[in-house]
Amino acid sequence: MGQVVLKGINKFFDSVHAVNDVNLQIRDKEFMVFVGPSGCGKTTTLRMIAGLEAISSGDISIDGNVVNELAPMDRDIAMVFQNYALYPHMSVYDNMAFGLKMRKFEKREIDKRVLEAADILGIRELLTRRPRQLSGGQRQRVALGRAIVRHPRVFLFDEPLSNLDAKLRVQMRVELKRLHLRLGTTAIYVTHDQVEAMTLGDRVVVMKDGMVQQVGEPLELYNQPANKFVAGFIGSPAMNFTAVTVTEANGSLIAENSGLRIKLPDETAQRLRGHIGREVMLGVRPEDLTVAGSADLGHPCFDAVIEVVEQLGSEILLDMKVGESIMVASVEPTARVRVGDKLRVAMRPSRLHVFDAQTEAAI
Amino acid sequence: MFFYVPMALFLLFLLFPFYWMVITSVRPDGELYRPWNSVNYNPFWTWKPTLDHVRYLFEETLFASWLWNTTFIALASTAISLVCGVFAGYALSRLNFPFAGSLGTGIFITYLVPQTLLFIPLAEIIRNYRLGDTPWSLILTYPTFLIPFCTWLMMGYFKAVPKELEECARIDGASRWQAMLYIVIPVAIPGILSAGIFAFTLSWNEFIYALVFLSSPEQKTVPVGVTSELIRGDVFYWGPLMAGALLGSIPVAIAYSFFVEHYVAGLTGSVKG
Repeated sequence: MGQVVLKGINKFFDSVHAVNDVNLQIRDKEFMVFVGPSGCGKTTTLRMIAGLEAISSGDISIDGNVVNELAPMDRDIAMVFQNYALYPHMSVYDNMAFGLKMRKFEKREIDKRVLEAADILGIRELLTRRPRQLSGGQRQRVALGRAIVRHPRVFLFDEPLSNLDAKLRVQMRVELKRLHLRLGTTAIYVTHDQVEAMTLGDRVVVMKDGMVQQVGEPLELYNQPANKFVAGFIGSPAMNFTAVTVTEANGSLIAENSGLRIKLPDETAQRLRGHIGREVMLGVRPEDLTVAGSADLGHPCFDAVIEVVEQLGSEILLDMKVGESIMVASVEPTARVRVGDKLRVAMRPSRLHVFDAQTEAAI
Repeated sequence: MFFYVPMALFLLFLLFPFYWMVITSVRPDGELYRPWNSVNYNPFWTWKPTLDHVRYLFEETLFASWLWNTTFIALASTAISLVCGVFAGYALSRLNFPFAGSLGTGIFITYLVPQTLLFIPLAEIIRNYRLGDTPWSLILTYPTFLIPFCTWLMMGYFKAVPKELEECARIDGASRWQAMLYIVIPVAIPGILSAGIFAFTLSWNEFIYALVFLSSPEQKTVPVGVTSELIRGDVFYWGPLMAGALLGSIPVAIAYSFFVEHYVAGLTGSVKG
């Protein structure tokens, strides 16, 4: 079992409110990812779960038992640190065995578990080496091995992949996912990388300034962001935002600013009835913009001038000037476009997002 | 060229006193006291090396006891200072308690109080506890400057040990005490060694306290014994003096060369994880 519940968690560092009223239920066997920009309180929350940081107020419970006052060693968790924190004076074997030795396991059992973990991670031939003789990826594996030999109730990961180079990061990401599927242990994973969050998490918690912005499955965050911050943070390239004024003409709603004037689709218009005459934020993802063709008849369209063309092979990113604002569109690699071209761009009507200009909450 | 020539000059400059000490200690008295304007005056070399001065040291003076006293005192005071310094350094750098920072600075400031001032009140204390003329008068007073020194050095070293190592150990099931014992201290061994060597050298060479607190010849340490027993009035027994200095510096030299790698690693404060 490994169910973690956070109830009304707050953390103050002197006058700084680092974590603000976090309420979460992390289910058994779930892979939960905390994501957010640096300083958003995600690592502090993780450290409070680990018991490395005292809680200012609130309750953390693991499998129904409040662990607020328990020392890290008594919480039955294992943690993988960003810098791996391998003990430099011990061999790989001793690094992995340390936690079991501290818990007074029998030598035979220690041996069995270390070898088993080493086999899972493919580091059996490294067992006699010292950490400084290992590459970054190997150290990462040893750090993982040290966590899994303990068979803990919960794994905590603090940005474990951020010290690896890009290629290795992708590879280790897949391995982490595979490892989780194999072991089925509850995992709480902190990262600032939204791709890691989307690919690894069963559910994702988006945090900003110590507050939880949204909790949900990756696609839920992508398709129905709760506010402008989540919308901009999840997805790459980031969602385009432009401030528009809502007006009514001939019974339908129009969103317009200096560069575009579009008729809002009925479904969106329904939600915006109360905002007529006011300014709202219109959001549309780059992948929901296309070069307008005959298929887009009746879709909201606007004119744009191409400023930069980024060829990525699988797609083309167009940086376009739309009135006063810049928008990015991700279009088919077959599109024949050049810098300076004037284009008619269509939006997929079902994929429009609107946010309140003041509260930034989704409307 | 730009490397070796200055290096050679520098070496020559550094090693000359040592060379002078060695050559004087094996030179017969007849050569030592030969006037500078005599025909066969040759200050930099001798053709008749002798061990007479060394023999004189061990047979006519209490040099062997001085050597033993110095070793015992230096080792004991170093051990006391290291234990205190390691714990104090750990506490000041790792445990968050009020005034930890100012306490650290305070400890460093006590190190800056000159011994030439401190020996006056210390002499009073030594007299009150009737420790005068015993090795304990030095073993217990040397830590007054060794502990601040070790604490300061260890503070810096502990700060360089990533705190995640300790946190990881505590999650792995170690108590704070075990995490310190099994993880932090082994990682800090180079720092502890360099603090130890420094403390050992400082107490080995210490002069003022040893001069003031010890009076009988058989209790003296090497630096004090050699200078007080081999300089009588204005007569300098140069041969035995230099032989004493040479033999006295050998243990320190051995200590340095034995730990030199750890020592350098300690000073540059590198923990590779």
